[in-house]
Amino acid sequence: MEFAIEVNNLIKKFGSFTAVNNISFKIPRGKIFGFLGPNGSGKSTTIRMLCGVITPTSGEGRVLGFDSYKDTEKIKQNIGYMSQRFGLYEDLSVTENIEFYGSIYLLNKKELEDRKERLIEMAGLVGKEKSLAGTLSGGMKQKLALCCALIHQPQLLVLDEPTAGVDPVSRREFWKVITKLASSGITILVTTHYMDEASICDIIGFIYNGSLITIDTPEELYKKHKVENLEDIFIEYVAKLSSKDAVLSFKEIRQQEGSV
Amino acid sequence: MNIKRVLTVTKKEFIHIRRDKVSMILALIAPIMMLLLFGFAVSTDVNNIRLAVCDQSNTLESRELIKSYENSDYFNIYAVTDNPKKVEEMIDAGEAKAALVIPPDFATALRRGRKESVQILIDGSDPSIARTTSSYAVMISNNYSQELSNVKVINTGTTLSNRLGVEARAMVLYNPTLESSKFNVPGVVGLILQNITVILTAFAMVRERERGTIEQLIMTPVSSLELIIGKLIPYVFIGIYDYTIVLILSYLLFGIAIKGSILLLTLLGIVFLIGALAMGMLISTVAKTQLQAMQAALLVLLPSVLLSGFMFPREAMPKLVYALSTTLPVTHFLIILRGIILKGVGFDYLYKTTAILVAIIIIITTVTVKKFTKKLD
Repeated sequence: MEFAIEVNNLIKKFGSFTAVNNISFKIPRGKIFGFLGPNGSGKSTTIRMLCGVITPTSGEGRVLGFDSYKDTEKIKQNIGYMSQRFGLYEDLSVTENIEFYGSIYLLNKKELEDRKERLIEMAGLVGKEKSLAGTLSGGMKQKLALCCALIHQPQLLVLDEPTAGVDPVSRREFWKVITKLASSGITILVTTHYMDEASICDIIGFIYNGSLITIDTPEELYKKHKVENLEDIFIEYVAKLSSKDAVLSFKEIRQQEGSV
Repeated sequence: MNIKRVLTVTKKEFIHIRRDKVSMILALIAPIMMLLLFGFAVSTDVNNIRLAVCDQSNTLESRELIKSYENSDYFNIYAVTDNPKKVEEMIDAGEAKAALVIPPDFATALRRGRKESVQILIDGSDPSIARTTSSYAVMISNNYSQELSNVKVINTGTTLSNRLGVEARAMVLYNPTLESSKFNVPGVVGLILQNITVILTAFAMVRERERGTIEQLIMTPVSSLELIIGKLIPYVFIGIYDYTIVLILSYLLFGIAIKGSILLLTLLGIVFLIGALAMGMLISTVAKTQLQAMQAALLVLLPSVLLSGFMFPREAMPKLVYALSTTLPVTHFLIILRGIILKGVGFDYLYKTTAILVAIIIIITTVTVKKFTKKLD
């Protein structure tokens, strides 16, 4: 079976600081891979290595069959990236943003026109084509960013906290699109802090302090931890690994607050 | 490098400029404003100095002397009195910038063929006005006394033998009427070309980082070289536009035509433009926000105005400052500008300056490219 992402003993050091410590995993094509971990745990560094933006210190990485040391140009040509921060040009209109990214990927005029139309329709941005990106709502901005990430029909879509700061309705709409993309064969790598989003993923990896602690399907994780709740599993890991006092559940915090 | 990608970036950059009022003003209007400001307002020409006169002699001769002051463009007679105290008061009050004091026995002495002195009081609080006023006043008085003795020679028929001496005859080349706009305006061309491009380039580079859009861009196949060249192209056009418009306006408004080769001037202008772009990029490697870029730009631009010889002669600078001014590209470009525009000299006179300019620009560009590639890694 061919894997979309294949990582073996990947290490990235910045000076004496080890950002990513010897991680290995494989993601089959067409799956949604949820990459979880607290802020600063090495998620973004791993993503940047996979996307060919930074060079790993050591280890192996293959993305869509391309080597993440040598074939970074080919990797970049075949992945779509969308980040937590709205990385588009606010003073450019919806179509100008899409056209800009389409041209960067060297699409010809016809391809660009066809795809642009379809994407705008899919994202529900019809009628907003001429609006400046800066005037759109948060949810629409995310959808526009997704259009720009998909304009070159990537085989791997990398989403770095794509829904941070987006309202619940827009989040669901967004994920509906994502699952549809996955079923059409696109592999999706997503980081998120929303555990309801994580539970949709086919595979979940949990990274802490640069090390991959576990990687499994949500079903297996539920079985192993005997809870049907990813949030509790996530907190259990952090509590165990950071030797912090066990973090209370929201319910417990509320009760404690009430008793004071 | 892929041309289509470069042009895509260029097109996007043009949209940014078009939609950003500040950039538009800076690119299109600011050069014209700077030209008008430096051409008209910054004038070291001293004209119409208000002159108070204390005529204690009140004779035909004294009035003739006053008349010769009045007839020059340099002085306006502010008031005539016979009280020396009054003229001093006028200078104190700032009503008059200079005063001419003619002693009571002025005419008598002249009639007797004796030498007589007049006193000129000058408000020295502004040294540059004082200096010019003083030389104008001396010049007018000397002319007058020359006339007097000529008249005397004719009247008395004495030979000229006793009046031999050295007479210095100054002839001012290139700018015979000594208009300061002739000196300032070519300099403005250089300053505009540098300032506008440095600021706009630094802004353009920093903006992408400040707004976080660079994060998205580095995930795409666009290379840093494509990105940089694509982003610089609009500013090359703006630089050339500014250069052209300023040259045309200096001809129309100030009558400054290019005496030398326009082609040579343009070629060297483009060399200088490359240097300005590199400086802008260098700033963007140290500045994280547009505000920091602005501050860093001022650090470069202020010395360019003060030290380059744009306003003040470099010859008068202390050695250290002079050495510092030599490191500025604009210093050398100003020599080229004035050489070609005012003197009409060719490359055979400018090759040394050009060599220095090119050397400085190569250094700046090398440093910039080195810093830039390091930063991207």
